[in-house]
Amino acid sequence: MQFNGIKQISEALKSKAISVQELHDFYQAKVEKHAQNLNCLINKTPQLAQQQIKQAQSLINSGSGNLLTGIPLVHKDLFCTKGIKTTCGSRMLENFVAPYDATVVDNLNQAGMVTVAKANMDEFAMGSSNENSYFGAVKNPWDLNRVPGGSSGGSAACVAAGLVPVATGSDTGGSIRQPAALCGITGIKPTYGRNSRYGMVAFASSLDQAGVFAKTAEDCALVLSQMCGFDAKDSTSAQVDKEDFSQNLTQPINGMKIGVIPEWMETLPDDIRIQTQQSIDTLKNMGAQLVEIKLPTAHLAVSAYYVIAPAECSSNLSRFDGIRYGRQCDNPKDLNDLYVRSRTEGFGEEVKRRIMVGTWALSAGFYDAYYRKAQKIRRLISEDFARAFAQVDVIAAPVSPEVAFEFNAKKDPVSMYQADIYTIPSSLAGLPCMSIPIGLVDKLPVGLQLIGNNLQESKILNVAHQFQQETDFHHLVAEGFAHE
Amino acid sequence: MSNQNKTQWETVIGLEIHTQLKTKSKLFAGTNTAYGAEPNTQVSFLEAAIPGTLPVFNEKVLRYAIRFGLAVGAKLIAKESTFDRKNYFYPDSPKAYQITQLNHPIVEHGQLIIEDDKGKEKVIRINRAHIEEDAGKSIHDKYAQYSAIDLNRCGTPLIEIVSEPDLSSAKEAVRYMRSIHTIVTHLGICDGNLQEGSFRCDANVSVRPVGQKELGTRTELKNINSFRFVEKAINIEIKRQIKLIESGGTVTQETRLYDADKNQTRPMRSKEEANDYRYFSDPDLLPVVIDQAYIDNEKQFIPEFPAQKIKRYIMGLALKSDDAKIIANDKELSEYFDAIVQKLKKAKAKIAANLILGEFSALLNANDAKVEDDNITATQFAQLLEALAAGTISHKIAKVVMEKMWATDNTAAQIIDKEGLAQVSDTGELEAIVKEIIKNNPSQFEAYKNGDMKMFNYFVGQVMKQTKGRANPAQVKTLLEEL
Repeated sequence: MQFNGIKQISEALKSKAISVQELHDFYQAKVEKHAQNLNCLINKTPQLAQQQIKQAQSLINSGSGNLLTGIPLVHKDLFCTKGIKTTCGSRMLENFVAPYDATVVDNLNQAGMVTVAKANMDEFAMGSSNENSYFGAVKNPWDLNRVPGGSSGGSAACVAAGLVPVATGSDTGGSIRQPAALCGITGIKPTYGRNSRYGMVAFASSLDQAGVFAKTAEDCALVLSQMCGFDAKDSTSAQVDKEDFSQNLTQPINGMKIGVIPEWMETLPDDIRIQTQQSIDTLKNMGAQLVEIKLPTAHLAVSAYYVIAPAECSSNLSRFDGIRYGRQCDNPKDLNDLYVRSRTEGFGEEVKRRIMVGTWALSAGFYDAYYRKAQKIRRLISEDFARAFAQVDVIAAPVSPEVAFEFNAKKDPVSMYQADIYTIPSSLAGLPCMSIPIGLVDKLPVGLQLIGNNLQESKILNVAHQFQQETDFHHLVAEGFAHE
Repeated sequence: MSNQNKTQWETVIGLEIHTQLKTKSKLFAGTNTAYGAEPNTQVSFLEAAIPGTLPVFNEKVLRYAIRFGLAVGAKLIAKESTFDRKNYFYPDSPKAYQITQLNHPIVEHGQLIIEDDKGKEKVIRINRAHIEEDAGKSIHDKYAQYSAIDLNRCGTPLIEIVSEPDLSSAKEAVRYMRSIHTIVTHLGICDGNLQEGSFRCDANVSVRPVGQKELGTRTELKNINSFRFVEKAINIEIKRQIKLIESGGTVTQETRLYDADKNQTRPMRSKEEANDYRYFSDPDLLPVVIDQAYIDNEKQFIPEFPAQKIKRYIMGLALKSDDAKIIANDKELSEYFDAIVQKLKKAKAKIAANLILGEFSALLNANDAKVEDDNITATQFAQLLEALAAGTISHKIAKVVMEKMWATDNTAAQIIDKEGLAQVSDTGELEAIVKEIIKNNPSQFEAYKNGDMKMFNYFVGQVMKQTKGRANPAQVKTLLEEL
């Protein structure tokens, strides 16, 4: 079996060329073969899958399914899934069974998608390499000695390895785009507020946004359309009508103004710059008009982000106190001992580091110097983007200054943070952005970032889809993972 | 120590009053808020701080807070108010932060007029009233080895009403607290139940030598749950501070608990071990943006408060000050009174007040009844007053009629008619009666004519007796004088 995207699979299901169960078995064989080796899953959900396969098949049989009915997927393990462990990649929540479904999970369930497993991730979505998971690092299918990126590394690896056609992820400062780039697949983070955050375990509430991984922009568009929508349970949910993001995909992009940021290009290593420039030239050859733009404040984004995100995380993660759920230390002496030891045992190093940094940044006497200043930078960056989008439709930019690196290559956390330089600005501005594969450097994938203006997911998806009509990079599969 | 130069101290007090709002559901979730349920039965995923849960603002709370702001004449009701997180670890607050309004509270700069200790009017400024969520309860006496947590109260909406340090004595503080209590209960935004913790008070207390401008170091007395204890706690704390300073010590800024059993305050935590709450804007909640029309719409829910009523009764209706206060401070009684007054044509409100506080109250007491039982409707009462004003009946007869109205459903007119209680105002009839009495009492009449004014009253009495009290006293008087 070989499928080229959700539409083909859906067609096969609808025409009864295959059943949902057969489709599942096909992918399940891949899961059995590779998942353990890649360490991309934390928990499999066979019972839920069986139940959803039945439901999906009956939806299809009754003709009431849609394109997504019966399509298998994995959820990043920070989306609450009712009755199923939701660990956030943490020892703290190793045995936490969520009592409800996240809204995005529910939305996808409604369509009849089949949940196969919960994907590995950096603990509480903090990390850019997936080495911060309590359940061990995820391996990059392109090179098993290298990281898949993070924090949604498990989701990205699953899709890159062909274990599922679709995976959910979350992106706070690049956690979808960077692993998508490093694994050679397509991944999108929509506008902040498009996807409900209800049921998505919070890392940094003002930045967290759910999104999708797939092989193609078209598949991303199809799944995202089903995921998104206003949710009264999330006060920061955008009050906009549901949108079919796949509608504009086939529009030609000639005449479209695409912004490029020379300052960013200059900072790239040569090989990645060349690759990136070639993809931008392709867009130009397709008729897009390139416009040079500046984001004068963007160089401060990483510093601002690593104040704001830890500050919010220090507060969001305070609820993990070992009392009502989650890890509880043995024989606590008193309340304080219970708090201290449960949290010491439950959290990994990076999470602790960010809690400490965030606590410091918010503390009396430091608030103005750190948090307030970081918020100001954030505002200025949003203004930079607003000025840019007065001139251009879409911005094309690098995703990461490097390809997938080897495990333990980065000992210094700051050097890890600095690699987020291209993904963080659009996160701070809450803009829709995605990564698409644009070829290999040293046999490892490189991505191109497309950033859109507020709520203009359909524009970046349009550019991405058109690019994928012209190129084959999204068809590249790591050796040993091609579907037979 | 010499007593001659002993320092005179003055007290400075500010109150923070936590007022639980009477909404059906919690501040950020649909969970029930009713008091007294089995522990932990009114807890949603949000209050249990289950990962992934998010707060959704209960708009009713906003409306209630605005009403309070309007009631205290707040100069600022924020068109854009925001929520902040106050971070601290404690088991009765599972999220480990309280959502409150630090930087942009909904209400700022209100005021309230109370009587100071000399009976003069005094303005107490209200710095702010902000919306926040209540914590759960820790129960320390249920198990020997453990503390128990009840999260039912967790997330219940509060407004914290913060006064400026304008109060100068414990008695003033209590008067202020009672005034706030009256306002929130008359507004219907709080049930005002101190025992159940719906209305709680923290007091910031400091002392300074009379004449000194800068404030002394204050202590905060936490969670005092009765008017009486507020007074006692503040007084005992003032004494403690003065004694401490006079013996050469200094007051430490700290939070203290009032122990009602021992009538003493003791430290709870000092500033050094106080939490750094790391306030920051709650990223889960958007600013609450409203326009003037939204605020104006709440004005219809602001009732007339006792203080305003008292003024209206005295100035507008010529009631005696004491009568005005008694009626105005009783919500039901004043509503009844207002309803009667509204229906009056010739009769005076003052007479209505007299009857209500006199005969009518006596009837209520005798029958162990309440105004709202509506034994005599306002309309019926007004008709009785009109009969009195028209001279159809006398004040004395009015009482008789009222008693019969109480016992039956008959109107005043029906009773007067049926029982023949109408006042005799016919000059011819009265004259005949007077002449008859004079004829039968010649010696008394002689004395009267010789200037014995006691005899005047004797004759009035005789006429009344003859007419069973129905004679118009003024006419009797005129007739006697003419003779």
